[in-house]
Amino acid sequence: MLYREAGQFKTSYATDGQIFPIRQDRIGIAILLLIAFVLIPQFATPYLLSAILVPFLIFSLAALGQNILTGYAGQVSLGSAAFMAVGAFSAYNFVLRVPGMPILVAFILGGVCAAAVGIVFGLPSLRVRGFYLSASTLATQFFVVWALTKIRWFTNYSSSGVITAQQINLLGYHFDTPELKYLLVLGVVSVLALAAKNMVRSNIGRCWMAIRDMDVAAEVIGIRQLHTKLLAFAVSSFFCGVAGALYAYAYLGTVEPEAYSLDLSFRILFMVMIGGLGSILGSFLGAGFIVLLPIVLNYLAHMLRISTAVASNVELMVFGAMIIFFLIVEPLGLARLWQIAKEKLRLWPFPH
Amino acid sequence: MNINFFFEVLIGGLLSGVMYALVALGYVLIYKASGVFNFAQGSMLFFAALTCVSITEFGWPLWVAILATMAVMWVLALSIERVVLRPLVNQSEISLFMATIGLSFFIEGLAQLLWGAEVKRLDLGIEDVPLESLMNNFNILVSKFDVTSAAICALLVTALALFFSRTSVGRALRAVADDHQAALAVGIPLQQIWGIVWGVAGFVALVAGMLWGARNGVQFSLTFVALKALPVLILGGFTSIPGAIIGGLIIGASEKLAEVYIGPFVGGGIEGWFPYVLALLFLLVRPEGLFGEKIIRRV
Repeated sequence: MLYREAGQFKTSYATDGQIFPIRQDRIGIAILLLIAFVLIPQFATPYLLSAILVPFLIFSLAALGQNILTGYAGQVSLGSAAFMAVGAFSAYNFVLRVPGMPILVAFILGGVCAAAVGIVFGLPSLRVRGFYLSASTLATQFFVVWALTKIRWFTNYSSSGVITAQQINLLGYHFDTPELKYLLVLGVVSVLALAAKNMVRSNIGRCWMAIRDMDVAAEVIGIRQLHTKLLAFAVSSFFCGVAGALYAYAYLGTVEPEAYSLDLSFRILFMVMIGGLGSILGSFLGAGFIVLLPIVLNYLAHMLRISTAVASNVELMVFGAMIIFFLIVEPLGLARLWQIAKEKLRLWPFPH
Repeated sequence: MNINFFFEVLIGGLLSGVMYALVALGYVLIYKASGVFNFAQGSMLFFAALTCVSITEFGWPLWVAILATMAVMWVLALSIERVVLRPLVNQSEISLFMATIGLSFFIEGLAQLLWGAEVKRLDLGIEDVPLESLMNNFNILVSKFDVTSAAICALLVTALALFFSRTSVGRALRAVADDHQAALAVGIPLQQIWGIVWGVAGFVALVAGMLWGARNGVQFSLTFVALKALPVLILGGFTSIPGAIIGGLIIGASEKLAEVYIGPFVGGGIEGWFPYVLALLFLLVRPEGLFGEKIIRRV
């Protein structure tokens, strides 16, 4: 009754090509953005902002990057944390070495550096496929972390390898409270999510999907494999790179290679799988799930008074079991559940 | 360059390569028979070694512990088949792969929950001393432990190769690997075969876990040994047992040589990524690995 597109006619090409063709969706997203930009910074506690919402948004961005590569272009990569590390370290070095570098430009340049690294490590994808490719993307992961640890120039010859990220200064403001950091991250993520949404529903995105579904067939109908695959790697690494820079600056407050381990790569892959491959919304849902799960489990363990050692192992087991459970019950992810809910809503409450 | 030292490094590398091959073998077995890239092999290895050590801590002799662990691994394998794989039949390979990553988290948690997280020592009764004849005649240091474990690996690989090629179960396994549906059509029980394969992979994990555990101590970092085996796999091909062995030898030897001869120029610690880059270079020439089945792609 409430969620129905009856009576909404498309009378121009512009209305036909909208991101959200249904009015109720547009209203919903406007309310959501209003809540995110206005209400949450007003009323949320610092804990909620800096321990849940900021990592959630940052991981959503990284998951978006991973989803572009894995969900849309079909190239399974296990190296997204490495691209995040490249983004973080390049942003750090740009701010450090170029006087007067605006921080947003540094984040973007960090993303560009990550994209360049992504193109180099994406080259094997032209020759190898499937598991051979995913195993070889591990090379990125190990090589990048090794290079950042061993080449002292990147860490500015700091003795411990752990460096404090510079203050975020933007247009004369210090972004040092949780609210401001949250708003900065939210702004960046919103803009990039919009870009991703538009990319995947345009020519580029369709080329990616064609390559994903069958690359030989895609080549036959004239899609350039080299161009399309490397573009997917570049865009995906750009997103991961910006996410990595935000992760270091707005969440951790330090820049260190150990934060970008293989474990993080797996986490991001899980977000994409649980959220839904090939879905922008899915990246957000998956990130939310993976960020919240340990917190909820921790809370439960606390409630049930389980000792920390046992709790961390149980957490690991529940985490693994949940992933298997999701793969068995809903292989298309949380985004698919949302889609089913919307279809049901259209008929509700009169199914005939 | 000292030629004796070169041979010492080379032999040490080859011997550790055999150990990598043993881990890679576990992957190959499962991939061949069910098309699942089992990321949980490393955790199974850790679980097996930890279980075995913990049982010996009850005061039971080693051979009883090994038998008991084999039984545990068998149960684990059967339950994995029943709980994880059977509901996921016909899913894409990537879903199955993700499921095994989930499985590896689960097994790691389970192992530490059952037996605790502290480092345990495992004594197999083989001494880690240099072989005397080689040391006296050629001045090459080769550990007795490495040679023994390489011999055990070689024995195991031969036994498995014979099992695969000579027994009726082995033939059924190869049939399943070749074509699931055709195998079902001629009356090969698919689920039973998968149970056997996972059981055998569990056994291989046990042997590999014992040998690695005796070397480095039974601890969480054993799971990372599996990551060492991945370049071996991509180099040798996912579907080939000889490929796993030769890949293991190449990776083991080149890794050690690179660490000794290239490492000092770039700051050391290149063991972590060098095998991957080497395997990548091989892949550029042969995209399906050295011995993998040729991938034919049609529209």
